[in-house]
Amino acid sequence: MNSSESKTLSFWEDDGRFSGIFSWIFTTDHKRIGILYLYSVLSLFAVGVVIGLLMRLELIAPGSTIVGAQTYNAFFTVHGVIMIFLFVIPSIPASLGNLFLPIQLGAEDVAFPRINLLSWWLYITGLILILISLFTGQGAPDTGWTFYVPFSEYTTTNVNVAVLGVFILGFSSILTGLNFITTIHRMRMPDMKWTQIPLFGWSLYATGWIQVLATPILGITVLLIFVERTLGVGLFDPAKGGDPVLYQHLFWIYSHPAVYIMVVPAMGVVTEIIPVFARKHIFGYKAIALSSLAIAFAGSLVWAHHMFTSGMSDTAVMIFSFLTFIVAIPSAVKVFNWVATLYKGSIVLEPPLLYALAFIFLFSIGGLTGLVVGSAGTDIHVHDTYFVVGHFHYTIFGGTVFGMFGGLHYWFPKIYGKMYNKKVATTAWGILFIGFNVLYFPMLVLGIMGMPRRYFDYLPEYQLWHVVSTVGSWIVAVGLILMFYNLYRGIKKGEPAGKNPWNAATLEWTTLSPPPKLNFLEEPELTRGPYEYKGIEDDAQYQ
Amino acid sequence: MTHNTNKDYTGAKIGMWLFLFTEIILFGGLFVLYSVYLHRYPDEFHLAGQELNVYFGTANTLVLLTSSFSMALSITALQKDNKKLCMILLTITMILACVFLVNKYFEWGAKIHHGIYPDSPALLERPKGEIIFFGLYYVMTGLHGLHVLIGALIIFVVLVLVAKNKVTSSDFVAVENTGLYWHLVDMVWIYLFPLFYLVV
Repeated sequence: MNSSESKTLSFWEDDGRFSGIFSWIFTTDHKRIGILYLYSVLSLFAVGVVIGLLMRLELIAPGSTIVGAQTYNAFFTVHGVIMIFLFVIPSIPASLGNLFLPIQLGAEDVAFPRINLLSWWLYITGLILILISLFTGQGAPDTGWTFYVPFSEYTTTNVNVAVLGVFILGFSSILTGLNFITTIHRMRMPDMKWTQIPLFGWSLYATGWIQVLATPILGITVLLIFVERTLGVGLFDPAKGGDPVLYQHLFWIYSHPAVYIMVVPAMGVVTEIIPVFARKHIFGYKAIALSSLAIAFAGSLVWAHHMFTSGMSDTAVMIFSFLTFIVAIPSAVKVFNWVATLYKGSIVLEPPLLYALAFIFLFSIGGLTGLVVGSAGTDIHVHDTYFVVGHFHYTIFGGTVFGMFGGLHYWFPKIYGKMYNKKVATTAWGILFIGFNVLYFPMLVLGIMGMPRRYFDYLPEYQLWHVVSTVGSWIVAVGLILMFYNLYRGIKKGEPAGKNPWNAATLEWTTLSPPPKLNFLEEPELTRGPYEYKGIEDDAQYQ
Repeated sequence: MTHNTNKDYTGAKIGMWLFLFTEIILFGGLFVLYSVYLHRYPDEFHLAGQELNVYFGTANTLVLLTSSFSMALSITALQKDNKKLCMILLTITMILACVFLVNKYFEWGAKIHHGIYPDSPALLERPKGEIIFFGLYYVMTGLHGLHVLIGALIIFVVLVLVAKNKVTSSDFVAVENTGLYWHLVDMVWIYLFPLFYLVV
């Protein structure tokens, strides 16, 4: 290839066979597909945030404030469906994973580039179906994102179209996972051993297996909802001999592992960030790699801890409660290894590291409150209260989304070849971190006080904490706007970032920023491990 | 860096096997429902199972087993560069898939004619266990039938690719992966047949 770097087109400019918009929506380049996913999921995140803000606004005072009960039911359903299926599940793997997994392996692309494109198209198809379900038929779905029977079989809202959308989104997620597993097995550069794969790749590997092995259960579950609604078979209908609790089992057999689809890639991002900014080799590489697989495995055995109050046998409750505690072990292995990596490191407090540290703090609160809802005794008290809502948002917003923001700030100079304003980024991080805790900590308190989830109305004694939480939602909104504005400004007006602004050691930092179409100008060489920083020279192009 | 145009045979097989895992688990959800309801309603399942026509089921089992055989032969034929034989065998596989579906159509048709179909008045008068048995019967054999239909379409596409020399003895992984899919469809039926027709 052309040896002159100045003439090399980046993947943003190298259109390939098509031109204009078609060079994007028909691309098989993993980086362009990653960008398609990135912009799609962030747009849906914005929609989900707006609905969330509206819900918080409704809850600022008892009674009907801005909407009524039915609209509020639609709000929390649509907020959940959009955030879970359209944003969080594809978020890190399909955007940052697509962008960087092949480059970190020294490969040109994923194993199945066309299937990769198909998975984005399936995502868009699912998205369109879900949007159709909001605006057609007899109103937006009002079942909650869990589509629990028997209500989901009888509600007249547009559940049919929504579950078909979810089915197709599941297909899309499976194809991404299948692609990544095969890529890691087959596309690593010839001399890269399994123990030389960056840990982000390991986390995507574990995630891929959950996507492949758990998502089909979601497929059959939502398909059964569709069949029940159209044909009335009665598999979950007590009047016809069915058992609604079996629906809950099937649903959670997918949807509990799904939270690890959400959070394990974020753990991978954090694992990439921490050693770079501690200037120290990651502590316990193998333990972190294996703990991803351990989480994936143990996480598939705990689904019924969502059902302690469903009338399961006490034996089942105790077994699932015990298994739930086991998941805490590999999660803690990761947290302790991150902290050990920071210990005596030469810490540089750049924005990506701030997000990673926020991840550790918030995810720890999420994890510890998880033990409260995971142990059968305490769960009875806080089940279906705001405690669960608070716990969930600490793990998924505080975990996955902060991890994703960290990844965005970390890889931003590689994606765009430019650097954002770090001071503004730090300010935005501070506002987000404070706002986050003001928004969600009151939910834990409200839950302990007994405020049930999914209610548009409440007793006056809950109002104080609801007001605090709503104010928190505004602070979060300000933080998000500032963060995205700063990144947008970075794309437009940022300083050129150079190849390796963070002096990192993984392969993506050895190629141009942004990378050329085939990722590397010449065959990459594996001269160092992913976390060996000795001898990395300061990038001359960036000071 | 030059673009690597070599096809990764092993990679394609890994991808297919991963997809087959997802199919097994898709049906696995239904098998879980079956086992729970069999445990709950053993007597009703027994009575309802007596009403299914074992001859239809046996015939379809033989049809699918034979089609798996012809599918496997077609891969070997292509590997040995016998394009014509491969195409004949693929056609036979496709015809057998259609025979299975026609057979299924008549079997379902007879049941529906007797008023036994989901949510039918005649079915709702029966005991709950029998409603569930026939519900599972329609959902599980229906989903399987859909897979047979998709399989037949895929075999047709591969047949065209072989005819156009897009799939040849040096690059036969498309036929082999189609074969893997078809064997899975066969395998699922191998479990469905005894569960509905024989053991209950």
